[in-house]
Amino acid sequence: MIYSLCLLLILIGLYGVVVSRQTLKIVISLLIMNHGVHLLLLLIGYREGGNPPIVDPGSLISEFANGAVDPLPQALVLTSIVIGLGVLALMVALCVRLYERYGTFDITEIRRLRG
Amino acid sequence: MSIDIQTLIPLFVAIPLGMSLLIQLVARSRHMLSEVLTIITMLVLMLMSCYAIGDNGIYHLGGWPTPVGIDMRLDALATLLLLAVNIVGVAVSLYSVDYMRRFTARSHFYSLFLLMVTGMNGVILAGDLFNLYVFLEVAAIASYSLVAFGCAHEELEASFKYIVLGTLSSALILTGVALVYGITGTLNMAHIAARITETGMNTPLLLAFGLFICGFAFKSALVPFHAWLPDAHPAAPAPVSAMLSGVLIKAIGIYVLARLAFNVFGISDNELSMLRWLGLLSMVVGGFLAVGQKDIKRLFAYSSISQVGFMVLGLGLGTPLGLVGGLYHLVNHALFKPLLFLNAGAVEYATGTRNLKKLGGLNRKLPVTAATSMVGSMSIAGIPPFNGFWSKLIIVLACIESGYYGFALAAVLVSIVTLAYQLKVQRMAFFASLPEALKDVRREPPMMALAMILLAIGCITLSFAVLTGLRDPWLIGAAQQTLTAGVFGG
Repeated sequence: MIYSLCLLLILIGLYGVVVSRQTLKIVISLLIMNHGVHLLLLLIGYREGGNPPIVDPGSLISEFANGAVDPLPQALVLTSIVIGLGVLALMVALCVRLYERYGTFDITEIRRLRG
Repeated sequence: MSIDIQTLIPLFVAIPLGMSLLIQLVARSRHMLSEVLTIITMLVLMLMSCYAIGDNGIYHLGGWPTPVGIDMRLDALATLLLLAVNIVGVAVSLYSVDYMRRFTARSHFYSLFLLMVTGMNGVILAGDLFNLYVFLEVAAIASYSLVAFGCAHEELEASFKYIVLGTLSSALILTGVALVYGITGTLNMAHIAARITETGMNTPLLLAFGLFICGFAFKSALVPFHAWLPDAHPAAPAPVSAMLSGVLIKAIGIYVLARLAFNVFGISDNELSMLRWLGLLSMVVGGFLAVGQKDIKRLFAYSSISQVGFMVLGLGLGTPLGLVGGLYHLVNHALFKPLLFLNAGAVEYATGTRNLKKLGGLNRKLPVTAATSMVGSMSIAGIPPFNGFWSKLIIVLACIESGYYGFALAAVLVSIVTLAYQLKVQRMAFFASLPEALKDVRREPPMMALAMILLAIGCITLSFAVLTGLRDPWLIGAAQQTLTAGVFGG
């Protein structure tokens, strides 16, 4: 079942976030997890052997709706990827700043906050 | 002159968004101008949200009708949250004028601040799940960068922790959105609610609801999911802490939780009991962790977790009285917690430290801060004439009414714990003898004093909201709105 592969991807990402010690590896794991979710969202709109979702002027709407793939998830995923890019840029910038301050990417050494 | 409410709805998002870009275009190096623009924007938004009281409306984006286009919906519950966000926003933008003097790149601060307001207003007004997610991310990204604004060791560390957990919770929420779309075939919240009342809850929908609860419990920092809050909120500059603790965790956490649970999914008693236990856990754990803190802002951050527990407990009762209590406490907390964070900021601004052990005797040096923080402390601790007392009383009464005596007892006990840590702040910061190092502390600047006085007046005014005539238009309507399962919007 192809949906379980998405779940696997999400879980791999989650595992990476939990066990990684390097800030950049955490960022990459979050990226993998996010793309697992994106794939799930895309698969929801997938239809085997479906037509591209473009209406011909002559065709019937009901016929079209039965044959075409759902275009909405694709639009959603596109938006979500752009959001993900913004978050990614911010996260990487934070990693660089953290490296400037602490001189390390290791999160076990970046711990001044406690309590 | 009367303005159609329909035309106002998109402006709640468009005005702050446009202004945040405009500040970068015209006021990048002119700090004065960016301050004035932000204050004017927030004042306009506040007046608009006051104007919206008692109105309902749906705005179809681009004129497209509901199944095709995107909806924005204004109803009583949304108005309540809009009022909270924008009133606190006014006070915070006034306060920032003096407080942010010490930082560079202030125009960036104001842009990010307005983006955060955009995101929150958008979440509150969104009529479909995906736009809710998009606006939530707008508010979240702005808040990640605002937490890191100082760029010192602690700020960056806190922001990294916040962004990792925030992204994780956003992924959970997006998975929930994907599942709901796959099952019901629509993203519009009103349509989803209609589908769910037709078909009833099934296992995939329950999974989606569980994902939503986890995701939004992260955003509102309920106890098993709270680890980021005590780092992130104190690390931010004081006006941002006030905004984060005061309204962000409610607008993108509690509000969405209430909206989805009551209006969209039509919550059952099993799920309500989960909310109650989450609330109880946050209330108790947050309260006890707050008592031991030495950093004044960290103490207030733990106290936020505890107070959020009260609100979720009120909502989790699912009775009209419980909802009124929860929402009333939400609005009250949106006034006194920003006030306390602004007090903490004023103390830090004047003395350069947040460590309670190094403070003392400030009620002679900082009279406005001391007086307003007394109002804030008494309100949050639930001392009778102040607003916090009434909302906690309603929550306790609602617990008793529903037969949950244990929860009622816990709420009363946590109120006493709240009083304990607030008195600790009062005694250690404002009443003890003045340390030698703080002899030449100067008074708080006028704009900071003004903002704190405004919020303190708000706290006192809200305590009159228990009177029938004053509470009806905004509070009871919102509670009724929440209870009307499956239906929402105008």
